[in-house]
Amino acid sequence: MALRTSPEVSGMGHSMKRKEDPRFIRGRGTYVDDVVLPGMLYLDIVRSPFAHARIKKIDTAKALAVPGVLAVITGKDLEKYNLHWMPTLMSDTQMVLPVEKVMYQAQEVAAVLATSRYSAADGAAAVEVEYEPLPVVVDPKKALEPGAPVLRTDKKDKKDNHIWHWEWGDRAATDRAIAEAAVTVKEDIYIPRIHVASIETCGCVAHFDKVEDKLTVWMTTQAPHAIRTVFALVAGHVGLEEHKIRIISPDIGGGFGGKVPVYPGYVIAVAASVLTGAPVKWIEDRMENLQADSFARDYHITAELAANKDGKLTALRIKTIADHGYTDAAANPSKFPAGLFHVCSGSYDLKAAHVEVDGAYTNKPPGGIAYRCSFRVTEAVHTIERMVDVMAHQLGIDAAEFRLKNFIKPEQFPYTSALGWEYDSGNYAGALHKAMEMIGYADLKREQAEKRKAGKLMGIGISSFTEIVGAGPSKHFDILGLKMFDSCEIRIHPTGKAIARFGTKSQGQGHETTYAQILAEELGIPAKDIKVEEGDTDTAPYGLGTYASRSTPVAGAAAAIASRKILDKARKIAAHLLEVAPDDLVWEVGKFSVKGAPNKAKTIQECAFAAYTNHPQGMEAGLEAVSYYDPPNLTYPFGSYICVVDIDTGTGEVKVRRFVAIDDCGNIINPMIVQGQIHGGLTMGLAPALYEEISYDEIGNVQGGSFIDYLVPTAVETPKWETGHTVTPSPHHPLGAKGVGESATVGAPAAIANAVVDALWHLGVRHIDIPITPPKVWKLLREHGVME
Amino acid sequence: MHIKLSINGEKREADVEPRLLLVHLIREVLKLTGTHIGCDTTHCGACTVLLDGRAVKSCTLFAVQARDREIMTVEGLEQNGKLHPLQEGFMAEHGLQCGYCTPGMLMTSFAFLQKHPTPSEDDIRHAISGNLCRCTGYVNIVKSVQHAAAKLQEGRA
Repeated sequence: MALRTSPEVSGMGHSMKRKEDPRFIRGRGTYVDDVVLPGMLYLDIVRSPFAHARIKKIDTAKALAVPGVLAVITGKDLEKYNLHWMPTLMSDTQMVLPVEKVMYQAQEVAAVLATSRYSAADGAAAVEVEYEPLPVVVDPKKALEPGAPVLRTDKKDKKDNHIWHWEWGDRAATDRAIAEAAVTVKEDIYIPRIHVASIETCGCVAHFDKVEDKLTVWMTTQAPHAIRTVFALVAGHVGLEEHKIRIISPDIGGGFGGKVPVYPGYVIAVAASVLTGAPVKWIEDRMENLQADSFARDYHITAELAANKDGKLTALRIKTIADHGYTDAAANPSKFPAGLFHVCSGSYDLKAAHVEVDGAYTNKPPGGIAYRCSFRVTEAVHTIERMVDVMAHQLGIDAAEFRLKNFIKPEQFPYTSALGWEYDSGNYAGALHKAMEMIGYADLKREQAEKRKAGKLMGIGISSFTEIVGAGPSKHFDILGLKMFDSCEIRIHPTGKAIARFGTKSQGQGHETTYAQILAEELGIPAKDIKVEEGDTDTAPYGLGTYASRSTPVAGAAAAIASRKILDKARKIAAHLLEVAPDDLVWEVGKFSVKGAPNKAKTIQECAFAAYTNHPQGMEAGLEAVSYYDPPNLTYPFGSYICVVDIDTGTGEVKVRRFVAIDDCGNIINPMIVQGQIHGGLTMGLAPALYEEISYDEIGNVQGGSFIDYLVPTAVETPKWETGHTVTPSPHHPLGAKGVGESATVGAPAAIANAVVDALWHLGVRHIDIPITPPKVWKLLREHGVME
Repeated sequence: MHIKLSINGEKREADVEPRLLLVHLIREVLKLTGTHIGCDTTHCGACTVLLDGRAVKSCTLFAVQARDREIMTVEGLEQNGKLHPLQEGFMAEHGLQCGYCTPGMLMTSFAFLQKHPTPSEDDIRHAISGNLCRCTGYVNIVKSVQHAAAKLQEGRA
């Protein structure tokens, strides 16, 4: 896209330096734990050592004797106000504090309120709880077997651990196509539980002001407006009505989906503040964060892919068991219990596809949130990209050539997939060709052949993913009934500077910069003259928040539409000032000029001044606009990644030698920020591919519950990412943009897994579940007779 | 216990419990909130400060261990209204996103560049491997440190 603005204005396409950085590099950000109020109390939480147990007794006497401890709050205390259970975003129920039993290890059991952080922790350690252990269900497949212990005994008439069955696509056509196929491949693919592990954990400061009758909560949330409504729905009956609640999402130290849900700690802190009238701070520690906050993924997938004898793909069939832990607290649009998993036909032109998912309860914390991805898109992409690779290898066709043969072609867009999605635009072959050229694909293939002769294991893996982001059109997308629009409100001040407020909330994405650039592009007001604010429900317009790469597709579009409303009015003002008809004016970035007389012109700043000092009779004064943007469709970013790995035949270690990522997110607002998002996303793709997993032993003890054994990649493991892009604008987005924050997390794991399997295919290896750890590879190497 | 120490060149005193962590002294007693807490277990490095010029993780030291010693935090990098080259480097090279790990990254890099003024990329990656970042993928952090190293070399020339 050609630049339309100068660097001084810094509209779209400029790598403008970030407006948020001056405070962060000085340590002057304000994160939730930096909020300190007079008389503030501290909350600490007692957690269960058992994965499933009846609570026989909670003895608080010793805790109450600890100096500084004011109260111990239990489920029975909350039960008096009917606040011991709360609804989840998926209309299931979740305990705030238990009355009868605990359902997972590290579940909240009681909370201690004290005058200092240390007293609260001492108090929590002094609470004595007597448990009666109950049978533990860890494996979701066993959970669904007849005779399995029923976990949700709180639900009347619930006789099993099955949450829901969901299916999508044409079952008969798919079954037929698979039965008739010349070639089919089938794999069991497990995509394990992982945790977003943002470097800032979750927490809040809740302050109920009894005089003002108002609750203010500073909170680590990606969706402050939705949270306000949820709080009002949960606690309206005890007087917390929506106009009395203000949610402030301050600077957020990374979100990635983990700061969408409402966790019990928030609710207990609010209840404690309402009861005491004092501000209450709750900040979880890292182990609480990793062990109790919502998890991502945990999908047990069986996939079958069919092709005809010419190597043309025909059909895909997927069955999945989804482990949700003890409650379905996923953060999906209401209509889609498995999120957007049914985008699993990916970048390929299939005739038929069918997908079914069954949700299961287990003795684990709630799962099903995103890990830097749009509602199960990583699960979808990982499955199709693994299966396409298996098919290519099975047929003996080069994995790149096989993809090029089966891609949806550029001329087929807008393209309706076998599962009913309308892909807006794409040029998949363009991205793959560019990636192949950049990495030197042909040379690598030759090198691999030579290395193989010498007994060295080198693999080349491709992932050509299609994302689906920007939820979403109100026809299909809502969370708890709230339609998934988003908003922008712009006020132009008399001197031509502006403030813009949004319903979203940046957690590192750089909205203060990129939103200002959108306004600069549309209005010609320099981005440095535009203040962007988000995250305060008392001032910002209502919106559903930032997750699922929706900020640019939805709120970014709202910024463009609100800007255009401003321009409509500014045009009338310019016409009035220049004494011509509005239609006689031409807009070029920053000013209106008279057709045929370009030196007769009024700048946007002059129009703004006139809006307050000399507006036309009959027109309202001021220059403001708001847009609540309901997207007509989702956007479909895509890309092709190629990864080269070398495998140490002595240790089984996988070393990523090179990784080239070509992304297409449509028109780009800030190239520097887009590249930064790709770098970060790739690292969060590398992480689950090779390192991260949260698993449980047979009695539900968490493994991977601290940074000792949950292996977040450091700078040493992370390769030097090589990035590039193509530009295929979205035809329906007002800026032609698509969203980019999560593409790389979605696309990268399959490229890495495909590279490892490619290195081992000739030995007979067909699939390895991620994370592909040295012990897993070492074992395979032994089984297949490769030892150094 | 009564302790005296120097923080960012300023003499301060405080009465502290023996078990008070250094990071809590810095953040909650001395009110310098640029130093962050990310894990409590010495893994993430968000709490990194300098103790007598050495980078340490302040979540794993007691406040009393800093008695009569010099601490430097992120707030001490800017001198007389002039940003340190590392701060400029992180802004110029997009070395930060959410900003939460940034103070720790800056302090680790500061101590590292004092001892290794002309590091290789690999040296930098190893030097910051005790600091986790979830947003940037490290590529631009490495560039930011290289940017600062070059600026500091120019200053010495």
